[in-house]
Amino acid sequence: MMSDRWKELLARNEALVALVIVLFCIVATLSDPNFFTVTTLSDLLRASIVLGILAIGCMLVLISGGIDVSFTAVAVSAMYMTTKLSLAVWPDMPWPLIFALSIGFGALLGAINGTFIAIFGLPTLIVTLGTLSVFRGFLLTFVGSDRISALPPDMREFSRMMIARGTTESGDFYALPWSLAALLGVILLTAFILHKTMLGRSIFALGGSVESARRLGIDVRRTQFFVYVYVGALAGLAGILHGSMGRMADPFSLVGLELSVIAAVVLGGARLIGGYGTITGTLLGVALIVLVQNSLIVIGIPSTWQSVTIGALILLGTGLPAYQAKRAAARAG
Amino acid sequence: MQAPDTPAFVEMTGVTKHYAGVTALDGVDFTVHPGEAICLAGENGSGKSTLIKILSGVEPASDGEIRIGGELMTGHTPRDATAAGVLVIFQDFSLFPNLSVAENIAFANELTEGRRIYSRRHARAVAQRMLHRIGVDIPLNAKLETLPVAHKQLVAICRALACEARLIIMDEPTTALTGKEVTVLLDIIRVLKEQGVAVIFVSHKLAEVLAVSERVVVLRNGKKVAEGDAAEFDAASLTRHMTGRDVAEASPGAFDGSGEMLLSVENLQKQGSFRDISFSMQTGEVLGITGLLGSGRTSLAKALFGLVAPDSGRIVVDGEEVPLGDPIASAEARIGYVPEDRLTEGLFLTQSILRNVAVGRLQEHERNGFLDLRGLVDEAADWLTRLKVKTPSITAPVQSLSGGNQQRVALARWMARAPRLLILNGPSVGVDVGSKAEIHDIIRDLGHQGLGVIVISDDLPELLATCHRILVMKGGAMTDEFAGGKISEDVLSQKLTS
Amino acid sequence: MSGSGSRTEMTLSQAPEFRLAIIAVLVFALMAVLSPDRFLSAQNLTSMAFQFPEFAILALAMTITMTTGGIDLSVVGVANLSAVIAAAILTSLAGPEATGIVAVMWLAVALVASLAVGAAAGFFNGILVTRLGLPPILATLGSGLVFTGFAVAMTGGSAVMGFPDIVSVIGNSTIWFVPVPLILFAVLAIALHILLTRTGFGLRVTMYGANPLAALYAAIDIDRILLRVYVIAGMFSAVAGMVIMSRANSAKADYGSSYLLLAVLIAVLGGVNPYGGYGRVIGVVLAVLSMQFLSSGLNMLQVSNFARELIWGALLLLVMVINTTNWAGLRAGRKPAKTG
Repeated sequence: MMSDRWKELLARNEALVALVIVLFCIVATLSDPNFFTVTTLSDLLRASIVLGILAIGCMLVLISGGIDVSFTAVAVSAMYMTTKLSLAVWPDMPWPLIFALSIGFGALLGAINGTFIAIFGLPTLIVTLGTLSVFRGFLLTFVGSDRISALPPDMREFSRMMIARGTTESGDFYALPWSLAALLGVILLTAFILHKTMLGRSIFALGGSVESARRLGIDVRRTQFFVYVYVGALAGLAGILHGSMGRMADPFSLVGLELSVIAAVVLGGARLIGGYGTITGTLLGVALIVLVQNSLIVIGIPSTWQSVTIGALILLGTGLPAYQAKRAAARAG
Repeated sequence: MQAPDTPAFVEMTGVTKHYAGVTALDGVDFTVHPGEAICLAGENGSGKSTLIKILSGVEPASDGEIRIGGELMTGHTPRDATAAGVLVIFQDFSLFPNLSVAENIAFANELTEGRRIYSRRHARAVAQRMLHRIGVDIPLNAKLETLPVAHKQLVAICRALACEARLIIMDEPTTALTGKEVTVLLDIIRVLKEQGVAVIFVSHKLAEVLAVSERVVVLRNGKKVAEGDAAEFDAASLTRHMTGRDVAEASPGAFDGSGEMLLSVENLQKQGSFRDISFSMQTGEVLGITGLLGSGRTSLAKALFGLVAPDSGRIVVDGEEVPLGDPIASAEARIGYVPEDRLTEGLFLTQSILRNVAVGRLQEHERNGFLDLRGLVDEAADWLTRLKVKTPSITAPVQSLSGGNQQRVALARWMARAPRLLILNGPSVGVDVGSKAEIHDIIRDLGHQGLGVIVISDDLPELLATCHRILVMKGGAMTDEFAGGKISEDVLSQKLTS
Repeated sequence: MSGSGSRTEMTLSQAPEFRLAIIAVLVFALMAVLSPDRFLSAQNLTSMAFQFPEFAILALAMTITMTTGGIDLSVVGVANLSAVIAAAILTSLAGPEATGIVAVMWLAVALVASLAVGAAAGFFNGILVTRLGLPPILATLGSGLVFTGFAVAMTGGSAVMGFPDIVSVIGNSTIWFVPVPLILFAVLAIALHILLTRTGFGLRVTMYGANPLAALYAAIDIDRILLRVYVIAGMFSAVAGMVIMSRANSAKADYGSSYLLLAVLIAVLGGVNPYGGYGRVIGVVLAVLSMQFLSSGLNMLQVSNFARELIWGALLLLVMVINTTNWAGLRAGRKPAKTG
């Protein structure tokens, strides 16, 4: 028999996901000593930036008791519109302005989601499903459908700016771009909002019980509206980072990633019923998804099995706690 | 009673409320003094909820004057009421299951103080102070969802106190509590009163809270029909005022033993719920099972229908053993179960009355896989007529019916299945007085038709009026058995609590 | 018991299906007026009838799961997995040269195999939902990835082709001028309608969706109902997979990836309550028709493919906003206000 404390710890998704990551790394290092190097780590980190920012936004929505499938369309729309605008109006636009513009576009699109959800009170899945189509359709119809590789110079410049780059003594190359700082900033800001402001606590309260929140005098509409605007802004940031790191504004990219992002967030312990979710868990979920997407081959699984692996991880990671809860409920009668 | 010179904290005069042609509240005067506990009694639909909604700012009054703390309130909102020190603790407590105890207590306070930044330390300090004020100890970091119901209620009280409550209105405060927990609650209420906080109990089961109350106000049909010193009231007089008549119905007396052996329950046991339950009953017998909350009566009722799986024991119906923990097998053994909570457990509210009845008989009306719609409709309509369900159309959604009619629809579903044994859990909860007596008639009639009926209830007059025999449960065990007509309400009540 | 639906107390004009019928007719009329010679041409009408069944069948699968208050996000994964397996049989066992009775036999084997795969996948979903107690949205999100993943792993991500000619019958031929995919859709739609309205199973599905707890207390065998619902959804998805495979003359793990959202969209547009308890096939059919008239009319008008997506999404939002009052009522109905 396991002791209760172990059971409790293992019942938490964070611990489970962390354990799987550690196991993954051990197996990977055993089969390929080159796996556990600074190079791999910096590669994986870079691959986590866009996914990580999107996941944190998605987590916020889940905590508030909703779900958002439109954020990838928001991200790609904000990125592409910003690029087009910048190229048309001021190609030499400095990157801070480009970023601000994309975040602004993202927030605007998020506000559209917020309007339908907070003001009209429509179900979140249906609304975001609709806006996913609308945003993407609008983008490809009216803004453009060409891949642009001649980005504004400052956008390309940004992707070359490094916090640190070099070669370790053992000859491993590494590079940490400034976009990593964006992820860190998002983590800190979101953590602050969630844990240090009444707004953040209201988001948790909303996810716990909308009715109670309303009775307590929490402005439910305003809180919901904020959530979708904030998620939109984060998506705008993720979009422009994606464009600048990939050195291409591709209006067909990102969309289709939404289920992977939701998978990462759910693996990290956020619950669909709302009220639960941690940044640590979400980041661990992202790390696991990125590992599977990039390094599956290292532990001897062909990369064509990527989808199966992620799917199985979701089913195990969420099925185990669900099964335990079901058993506990049956015991209680 | 308070000294007359103490200014009233709440003063409502001539408060009236009309809803779409219905007068829910008709010129009611109502005052609350600081540190006073008041029982606000009334049946469903008497207007007590409306009065509370108006006082707490959820709904505006159509007419009348409301003063809180001496100030005239016009069109006040729940927030204004909170700011004035009037707080409502709803039956579901309106807490957040995913947040800690400390945060649940402090949240409203932080909100009304207009804070933007949340300080965990401040919240903990506030929570600690409030818990200390009522003299209880609940871990501040515990997630609310892990607490027992009684503790959740205390958290809700602390939350109200954190908002500097001067009047706490408690909606049905004792329904979810066990006997011991009620005692704890009453002690806390006494502490609150000493601190000058007034309390209003809104309930239709008031015997328990009479002891700590100064005053009783009874509403009926939107009018105040009685008001006075709590000492002048007892359970019987309260009922009389609430219903406007003596509702003592005749007992059916002891069972004549003319039936055949129908059900025998042997050593049924479930850890943490009930233990060593054995009894038997005959066809035509109406058996009551009662006990306080936490006595195991509801678990036992569910176990008899397979909704809860007992650890051991046997259930035998008509000489055949019924598999445990399997509602479908139980239904096949012709056991029926009408749950306590019609709205969430019993009925498909958005679906038609017809479907709600027919859903129990689908299998029997299937020919080659297809439903014989005509047959289903005829049968359901027949049962609805026999149970006197009043509705313009059987295709109307069941949620359009009154409580009493809804209960009949729930009954009709099982009656259509021609059960041998019918288990009714709280058959008249949330049903108005008139319908209640009619439902009792139906129950007695079921017995005459040769069914075995088990009534699970804590409504003692109801049990006395319908049952041939009453079993009492306490702490998960069967402790007493009485023949109908041989016991008074007072004695039964004593047996429950002693 | 079609006459006893929960909404029959409303007059006809208030029914969501009636509104949809008007939308469908209006869209048809509008397109016919804007581009009479081409929209109304026999060629366009047939081509429309070839186009929509594949995603419309997926929408039917979505409808039955949504009626229980669930959802099936794995429909496209199931369609592709079953198509890939059928394609493997058709290419490796039959081969492109197969003709006559041999080809027909292998096609039959492939069809049975794909239906079996669909049923097995649905059964897997059902087990996840009933035995593990996973919320359907998570269960099918995960299983959808697993099914797609198997298809990727089997094919290495590339298209499987080289079928006997007979395979194109499913997707590209007509019987008395009626396209076979349309016939398939019609048969499935009618079957589902009958299943939902004329059988005990269908009624139990709706009742469970309206109030799962009450279904438990009414001694409805919930697990069996849900298992069957997901098996049916899986088999419908497999049929859609066959149509897609036949029309593309190949099978690939990522065909029809935009169909998932489209299927959800059509079901909701068709008036299916995503919280469960209400869903009528006629509404879904009308929603499919409106979408198809709209998109192919827009095609005629030289509107880009991408604009269709925009218009579909906008249509969904519009219909939802119009229905807002209904939704509020339905949601309130599920959580009744306590009255004293």
